[in-house]
Amino acid sequence: MSINASWYLSLSVVLFAIGALGVLVRRNVLIMFMCVELMLNASNLAFVTFARTLHDIGGQVLVFFVLVVAAAEVVVGLGIVVAIFRRRANTTADDLHLMKG
Amino acid sequence: MLHLTYLIILLPLIGFSVLLLAGRRLGDPLAGVVATCFVGASFAVSVGVYLSLLQVNAPVRSYGQNLWTWIPVDRLQVHAGLYVDPLAMTMVLFITGISTLIHMYSIGYMKGDEDYPKFFLYMNLFVASMLILVLGSNLLVTFVGWEGVGTCSYWLVSFWFTRESAASAGKKAFVYNRIGDVGFLLAIFLVFEKVHSLEYSTIFANLDKIGSANITAICLLLLVGVMGKSAQIPLFPWLADAMEGPTPVSALIHAATMVTAGVYLLCRVNPLLHASPDASLTIAIVGAATAFMAATIACAQQDIKKVLAYSTVSQLGYMFLAIGCGAYTAAIFLMVAHAFFKGLLFLGAGSVIHGLHDEQDLKRMGNLRAYLPITFITFAIGWLCIAAVPPLSGFWAKGDILDNTWAAHPALWFVGIVTAALTAYYMSRLTGLAFFGSDRWPDTPDGGHELDAAHAHHADGATSEPHESPWIMTVPLWILAFFAAVAGVMAISGSNFSLANWVDPVFGSNLFANNLSSSALWTLAIVDAVVAIGFVVIGLRLWTTRSERPVLEGSFLRGAWYINELYDTVFGRPSERLAAFCADVVDPKIIDGAVNGVAGAFRGSGTLLRKTQTGYVRNYVLGITFGTVVVLGFMLTRMWWG
Repeated sequence: MSINASWYLSLSVVLFAIGALGVLVRRNVLIMFMCVELMLNASNLAFVTFARTLHDIGGQVLVFFVLVVAAAEVVVGLGIVVAIFRRRANTTADDLHLMKG
Repeated sequence: MLHLTYLIILLPLIGFSVLLLAGRRLGDPLAGVVATCFVGASFAVSVGVYLSLLQVNAPVRSYGQNLWTWIPVDRLQVHAGLYVDPLAMTMVLFITGISTLIHMYSIGYMKGDEDYPKFFLYMNLFVASMLILVLGSNLLVTFVGWEGVGTCSYWLVSFWFTRESAASAGKKAFVYNRIGDVGFLLAIFLVFEKVHSLEYSTIFANLDKIGSANITAICLLLLVGVMGKSAQIPLFPWLADAMEGPTPVSALIHAATMVTAGVYLLCRVNPLLHASPDASLTIAIVGAATAFMAATIACAQQDIKKVLAYSTVSQLGYMFLAIGCGAYTAAIFLMVAHAFFKGLLFLGAGSVIHGLHDEQDLKRMGNLRAYLPITFITFAIGWLCIAAVPPLSGFWAKGDILDNTWAAHPALWFVGIVTAALTAYYMSRLTGLAFFGSDRWPDTPDGGHELDAAHAHHADGATSEPHESPWIMTVPLWILAFFAAVAGVMAISGSNFSLANWVDPVFGSNLFANNLSSSALWTLAIVDAVVAIGFVVIGLRLWTTRSERPVLEGSFLRGAWYINELYDTVFGRPSERLAAFCADVVDPKIIDGAVNGVAGAFRGSGTLLRKTQTGYVRNYVLGITFGTVVVLGFMLTRMWWG
């Protein structure tokens, strides 16, 4: 038996919403970072779903691109996070507003 | 030898280049000798060209040389062309000849000046420019020379520029000439608009294309141009100030050559003037008025060079009067004679100044004939020449002009004869004060005069007697005195020296005086002679006995009719106020206001927009989310209702 594609899409939407909400409301930099990953993977799920439904391999190919970009982003992002934590422990994102105009 | 014409210009230019590159190394006096040699060589070539030109048949006596095409732009084809005809040849001969003598004189006069090589550098460039001016085959080449002499004049007037007065005199000369140049340029534009060529020969061949109203306009614009260069009313005051330059400069540029460029230009375009009686009459009136006014001013000046300067203005007025009466030959005659005797007088004055350790005040001279015998004799010849005492050249030249004026405009003749009387009077006053009477020079306070910085080396003998100048300065005096005395032979019609025969191919039969009866000519000549001799005697009697006659030196005349003050009030002060208005109101309020306003607007909007940059990631994320929702919402609504 196969599960209806709408379930996958619904899950994707729910995951994306959780991710977006997390970025908006949480202050911890690591949590925000994980939420961003959640959003990326939610969109991956949607891509794969559409690829299956529409029999178009392009969607799955795109997932690889997203994964690669996400991996690269993690490298850079975690590097920044580590650098920040090295200077000050227990910081929240709100403490980092050096770019205030 | 005609094809070597370009050498006449090239030689002084080479001299200029040599001095430019090696002037400092050549030093004093070698730089002066080199400069003199190049100008002298130019004179030698001129004589050669003259002899070749004599071989050409009189009616077609001219030679054109096209060196290269200078400006080839569509219909504007300007050639760097030279044109030699009797008129240009006359100019070239006396320019190079007198330049050689004055260069030679300068070797002595400028001795000891720290900028000795620079002086000769400018002088050589001046001679080259002046020759370009007279040899140019079209208006634009002439204009190049015209500007060249103006620039050299500026440099040489303000040669001792550390002196405030010399620096401002140079500026004044430059500004007055620029005002005139506007007229000259406009005339060139108008000619090109009508004829599409600037070559003199083409212009004269297409007079009917221009139309009489335009011819008058061109002539009047040219008149504005020559008013500046030849110091006519209303652009004459610069010439008196130009006396701040070294005396050889005054002799060469501000008496013999440059200031006659205007007269030359008007003679060059004589077919235009002949086609416009109105313009000719204007020129005659301007000339007569200038001659009279400058002569009255010269009667009351104290500075020996100022008297000569106003006398030059007055003589130039005479030349303009002659041109206005159609007597171009007479104008050229006086120009040549004037170049000799005024060059002589200036060099003589320079010798006096030199001998008196830079004293220029006539009231502090007196009895110099005992101390400067050579200067006195030569100066006296110049004095009698300019006073038009027969049989010296001035008598013939001035007589020629007055005859033509009598034939053309008797009213202007009256102005002319009064001016002749004044000329005889003020030159006798000058000579009387300087060379006769009692010794007044010992009263000179020590060190009070630093007029010629060049002669600071004389300061050691401040109380010593006036001394005669060295031979290198007196030889040019003798030569000029000789020519000034005998230049009258050019008036003998039919002889080999006859100027009228010589320039006839240029001017044709554009003369008025031919219809005067011989008895009228005799009467006029006798009147001239009586006036000249009479006023020479009066001038001498008045000024050898006493050196102060306040009645005859009214402040109105001493102040040069207050023309400088008038210009200052009418043009100078309003311009200053306008400049002050621009500086105090326009610049800070309007220009700065616009610049600062634009900057302020950006600053204000930036301050407002800055508030959105909080630095909090959550704000930015909210913005991105909100934006995404809006875009998505827009697209979804388009899908549903599209």
